[in-house]
Amino acid sequence: MLRIVLAEDSVLLREGLVGLMERFGHQVVAAVGSADELTDAVAAHEPDIVVTDVRMPPGFSDEGLRAAIALRRRRPGLPILVLSQYIQRSYAEDLLDSSDGTGVGYLLKERIGHVEEFVDAMHRVAEGGTVVDPEVVRQLIRHRRDPLARLTAREQEVLALMAEGKSNASIAAAMVVSEGTVSKHFGSILTKLDLSLDDTTNRRVLAVLAYLRGRPGVEPA
Amino acid sequence: MVELAGWSGPERSHNVRRMHPPTIWTRLHLRRYVRSGWPWRAALYLLSSAVLGLITLLTLVLLAVAGSVLTVVVVGLPLLLVLVLTGVPLASVERSRLRLIDSEPLADPHREPDRTGLTAWLRTRLQERATWRELGYAVLFGFLLWPLEALVVGSVLLVCGGLLATPVMLAVDGEEARVLKMWIVDSWPGALAAALAGLLLMPVFAYPLGAIAAGRAALTRFLLASPTGELNSKIKELGRSRVRLVDAFEAERRRIERDLHDGAQQRLVALSMTLGLARLDAADGPLGPLLAKAQDEAATALVEIRELIRGIHPQVLTDRGLVAAVEDLADRSTIPVDVELDLPVRPPEAIETAVYFAVSEALANVAKHSGASWAVVRGGLENGQLAVEVEDDGHGGADTGRGTGLQGVADRVSVLDGRLLVSSPAGGPTVFRLLVPCSTP
Repeated sequence: MLRIVLAEDSVLLREGLVGLMERFGHQVVAAVGSADELTDAVAAHEPDIVVTDVRMPPGFSDEGLRAAIALRRRRPGLPILVLSQYIQRSYAEDLLDSSDGTGVGYLLKERIGHVEEFVDAMHRVAEGGTVVDPEVVRQLIRHRRDPLARLTAREQEVLALMAEGKSNASIAAAMVVSEGTVSKHFGSILTKLDLSLDDTTNRRVLAVLAYLRGRPGVEPA
Repeated sequence: MVELAGWSGPERSHNVRRMHPPTIWTRLHLRRYVRSGWPWRAALYLLSSAVLGLITLLTLVLLAVAGSVLTVVVVGLPLLLVLVLTGVPLASVERSRLRLIDSEPLADPHREPDRTGLTAWLRTRLQERATWRELGYAVLFGFLLWPLEALVVGSVLLVCGGLLATPVMLAVDGEEARVLKMWIVDSWPGALAAALAGLLLMPVFAYPLGAIAAGRAALTRFLLASPTGELNSKIKELGRSRVRLVDAFEAERRRIERDLHDGAQQRLVALSMTLGLARLDAADGPLGPLLAKAQDEAATALVEIRELIRGIHPQVLTDRGLVAAVEDLADRSTIPVDVELDLPVRPPEAIETAVYFAVSEALANVAKHSGASWAVVRGGLENGQLAVEVEDDGHGGADTGRGTGLQGVADRVSVLDGRLLVSSPAGGPTVFRLLVPCSTP
């Protein structure tokens, strides 16, 4: 069971999300509607994970995201899942840059509809994983189209799924291939992009994301 | 010309009123003219003319005489200079005085000097035709106009006042009173009849008084209004109203964006979530496939609405500024686009928005028409201007008249006093260059 602090200014969505989380046996310790309340609620409840909207009062700009990043700065490792209406590389990047990029997630709000996957993503973030929305990964890949042009279409697909935070097993399932094939693609990606990645899912995600963002220097060795 | 800083209620009503500004001439034609304050305004106008005219005459004569006499000892020259400039303050007073009987303001034809200081002011004023026209007006006013006006208003006041005062004079004298120094009244009925005549004459005189004041106002307007000054202020007002239109247009876009975000988008997410929960319960039932289809439809609608919102006003532009928003455009472009924008501070919002949509349109043109395989957006602040360039490696020959997209961009940029330049020789490359004045602290 996760103890969750939820920040979402739309009452309709907030109530819906509380219902959804409780249905999966989690406890929403606080459900708030603004960035300031979010900061207070985290201090009061010490939750296992924070789930927050980007655009919130008072300015209806990116207050939710800023509050999340400020929270991470004060409590490194506090898992935060940001729900957004925007496919926006720079928003996700700010989140990934907060402490070491572990235990964060950036998902489009419409992913909530795929209830089980959404709850699964929440779990992965709470356990220190990194989850990035497929649309944002696609944007990152377009951003790096020069070096990635060396990859085949299948290899790009594997790279994208890796960046979303998927394990080899779930990549194989998503692509309807064997895990062996995934490993083979993985190997040739490493060669073509001149990368050295270990195979533990989470460090791999961070490394792939770092590469996609054009910062190979921050990769774990 | 009235400066309209915004478009709030009182200012707007003021603006509407200005379409039919009341003047003494239009009021003369109304039946209630006699009962209104306008005859008094006409009298006050002519009376103040007499006073001001006398002062003008004295000033002109004094300056001319003193200036001429003292020229030999050099001190006279500044006096003659002051004489030349007499028309300037007089015209300024005349323009305000005209408001007594004509609500349409008369624009100041003088320019602001480029620099501060007396020398710059003198140089500007002496080079202006308005200064010399105003001097001509001063001479005409001082030597010819005001005595005539004094005569008219004086006669009217003397006749009416004299008649009205008859009973008082009779009471003071006790036996008789001379009416207008012309005939003698020695009885109360006679005195009262004279007063009554004075009272009845007042509305009669109100008309010639008004007509003469109207003629005088027309003459002032004719002599002191500068045709280009009127035109310039109209052009300025047009420019301001265009800026307001663009601002209003942008505010409306923001409102639509906000409404879509807070309304339809959130509801669709909630709908998708409800359908997702329903699918949990009905996964294996007959409703399963239908629910899945419904959820797919909701997802498609969400994608469409997200693209729509981004096209109306991208949130990243508001939150992160021009550079991030242009990088976002580059990420979405079908061909690779490099972004080399260097902006140490964020430009004002209006500039960011105009430049963003200009770059967006330019990149759309590159992708659609140029056959380019690569493009670059570069720029930064140089000499108080924001200069942004979009260059591609396409075949050139872009037709700038094609479609309304580029024209719209040019219009929008010109509201900010900016320029859009397109160079597209056959064989390429095509370069869009945007220049927008941008003062940053």
